Amino acid sequence: MSKTAALVQWIDERFPLTSMWKQHLSEYYAPKNFNFWYYFGSLALMVLVIQILSGIFLTMHYKPDAALAFGSVEYIMRDVPWGWLVRYIHSTGASMFFIVVYLHMFRGLLYGSYRKPRELIWIFGMLIYLCLMAEAFFGYLLPWGQMSYWGAQVIVNLFAAVPFVGEDLSVWIRGDYVVSDATLNRFFAFHVIAIPLVLIGLVAAHILALHEVGSNNPDGVEIKKKKDPKTGIPLDGIPFHPYYTVKDIVGVVVFLMVFTIVVFFLPEVGGYFLEYNNFIPADPMKTPPHIAPVWYFTPYYAMLRAVPAMFGSQFPGVIVMGAAVVIFFMLPWLDRGKAKSIRYRGPLFKGWLWTFVVTFVILGWLGVNPTDFLGKVGSSDLEMATLLARIFTTIYFLFFLLMPWYTAIDREQPEPERVTG
Amino acid sequence: MTQESATDGKKRRFLIAATSVVGAVGAGFVATPFVVSMTPSARARAAGAPVELDLGKLEPGMMITVEWRGQPVWVIRRTKAMLDLLPKAAEKAADPESNQPLQPDYAKNATRSIKPEYMVVVGICTHLGCSPSEKLKIGPDSGLGDDWPGGFFCPCHGSKFDLAGRVFKGMPAPVNLRVPPHTYTSETRLLIGDDKKGA
Amino acid sequence: MNLMHILKRFFVLAAFVPALAVASDHAVLDQAPIKLNDVASIQNGARVFVNYCLNCHAASHMRYNRLMDLGLTEQQIKDNLMFTTEKIGDHMKVAMNGKEAAKWFGAQPPDLSVIARSRGADWLYTYLRTFYRDDTRTTGWNNLAFPNVGMPHALAELQGEQVLEEEKKPEGEAAHGAHEAPKKLVIAIPGSMTAAQYDATVADLVNYLVFMGEPARGKRVQIGILTLLFLAVLFVFAYALKKEYWKDVH
Repeated sequence: MSKTAALVQWIDERFPLTSMWKQHLSEYYAPKNFNFWYYFGSLALMVLVIQILSGIFLTMHYKPDAALAFGSVEYIMRDVPWGWLVRYIHSTGASMFFIVVYLHMFRGLLYGSYRKPRELIWIFGMLIYLCLMAEAFFGYLLPWGQMSYWGAQVIVNLFAAVPFVGEDLSVWIRGDYVVSDATLNRFFAFHVIAIPLVLIGLVAAHILALHEVGSNNPDGVEIKKKKDPKTGIPLDGIPFHPYYTVKDIVGVVVFLMVFTIVVFFLPEVGGYFLEYNNFIPADPMKTPPHIAPVWYFTPYYAMLRAVPAMFGSQFPGVIVMGAAVVIFFMLPWLDRGKAKSIRYRGPLFKGWLWTFVVTFVILGWLGVNPTDFLGKVGSSDLEMATLLARIFTTIYFLFFLLMPWYTAIDREQPEPERVTG
Repeated sequence: MTQESATDGKKRRFLIAATSVVGAVGAGFVATPFVVSMTPSARARAAGAPVELDLGKLEPGMMITVEWRGQPVWVIRRTKAMLDLLPKAAEKAADPESNQPLQPDYAKNATRSIKPEYMVVVGICTHLGCSPSEKLKIGPDSGLGDDWPGGFFCPCHGSKFDLAGRVFKGMPAPVNLRVPPHTYTSETRLLIGDDKKGA
Repeated sequence: MNLMHILKRFFVLAAFVPALAVASDHAVLDQAPIKLNDVASIQNGARVFVNYCLNCHAASHMRYNRLMDLGLTEQQIKDNLMFTTEKIGDHMKVAMNGKEAAKWFGAQPPDLSVIARSRGADWLYTYLRTFYRDDTRTTGWNNLAFPNVGMPHALAELQGEQVLEEEKKPEGEAAHGAHEAPKKLVIAIPGSMTAAQYDATVADLVNYLVFMGEPARGKRVQIGILTLLFLAVLFVFAYALKKEYWKDVH
């Protein structure tokens, strides 16, 4: 027995190394017909690692103090050797995380990956998405620029809209009557330790649940139904390692190229990844003329603005925005179709799904702009952008609320027995 | 899936090796900036910049302490009497010839200095990093015995050094005090931390 | 606004042109003719900066020795550019008391370390060239890019004094310049420079401000190219490896 084998055996008697390797990689059988959309899961995991690593190194130099925070970021950008690179990796990683996760979620919609028996995978995934939003929100305050400050001010004030306890709640969140040093310090704690811990736990749960039921695929066929009678291996399955590890490496390299282009050649991405006004230190006395959250939040922000105050309260807007996220959790139970994959779905689902995608993008676009940027509707007082936001918010919700109906009556094609390659 | 069909093992091993090597090189490239980011920043380097001081007002037998890179650096103006005692102190020193490379070459001499009169030394004990206290007085006045030649005494673990920063034999500190790079930009102007400019 | 307009705006966004444009009241900005690799221009800009801007505005995140990135030696920086300090590693601080300044100008002169990153080069280039005499302002100056600006024209001795050639009352109107008939600035009292010289000087200054906003920029672009080349090599091997293994999968 070779020395390596002896060492592995020594470990195996004390820790399930080989069995874990087999269970999750070399003998985890994944459908052989994964396509382009299946890269984004492993990419999301990689971006998480990138964010944690670059974040650790930023923490070594950053100061969570209202008087020092802005300067410490510039210190990182100028004085710390290679600090600019670490910071750009982290700021780019934040936006890339959302791009990858949105594409990963879209894959789920495309191929019905949320459907039975994968409801829990979907729910864990949605919780990851929620954590990611919290992580992004807390992290965005840390550079202590104008957008950081007023963005946090606006979002925390959303909680003030909660009836009865809202005012106290928002003060409790900030630890002060306005966003201040106390707020910055606690957001720092949430950003660097609390949320990341939860995030890592949820990612583990997401992957464990996936490996329990097995991966879906572009045909929506359960490969476990057709196994080789002798070996018990799914006929359409291939071991994740080496086949998908080598494939995902290619995906990672291509992704890193895109990442590199952003980090080194356009780290601001025209004000979308790093907002221009955030290069002005936070000034509690002066709000910039146009406040918008970073691009990945803007669809929800557009919905928030679309809802008028009712009964003298902002609360309905907040409810609508919250519901827009929460309704995703219901997806496994709203979908009554037989076929999982878009390939065998009927025209109703296809039409609705594409409408939903367009709606989401348009809401995002409305959210980055001020409400008056399209002028008024005719001669009325209603702003065109607000009207559009209302229309598309309605469509957004109809996609979910009508789903039980249009998926049930849709003219679907029969799913194949085996994957089609 | 047919795994047994004529797989080219040699080609695979080559590609695995090649990808791994290139990947490992890449990992090294990525790790470098992160590791280097922990080295002293421009701020630390600016704060640790060479210090210039005027020795004109330093009386013989006196000492001043200046901060360089956050450490105390002692400048002692030795009197004739102090200098005369150095050869005697050398008999008790562990490394009288300054063979350990704790000083620049230009200070590797009997007085461990550029000018015999001025001693420039980092005031950090080479044992565990305490700062020794000055015991400049010679003989019984020092409280360190009749034959005390003047020097330094570390309160932490009792190491003794002479007025050239040489450690005595049998002390906890293994080597002499460190002489920082320094130079004289004029007759009485001393630059600590840099020996390339001026001079 | 009709549907075509909305669609057009939408595609502008899709093409990734910044819609979150820099906050500005002067809708049409002149394009700053700056070359970020032109070291001589940045050096000249640095000279203008320390002579004309650094009296009131600090650049408190910028160290003097960072100018060595531009090929200047420590001695050159000390002799030509450092007036307020002796230490080459010091920040570009300013002697003026911020509170006092706020009294004189109505607002504390902002720190200029990252001004090019928040305002953009084009805005700065336009702003520094569109000061004009306005007696209704306490400073006697107004600006097209920054209406009712608190700062007087610091470069007036170079540019001279401009006036806004227009019959309408100047106060407040300049703010909505975009859709009205274009107003013209003309030199009333010439300065020490011709218009072309002045524009070039301002371009140099803006070039320096952009450099100062992100001194690591030059290195960033270089490293980026090397990184991409490296990834291309890695891609070749990774792709060949994937191809080789996936021969098994039918």
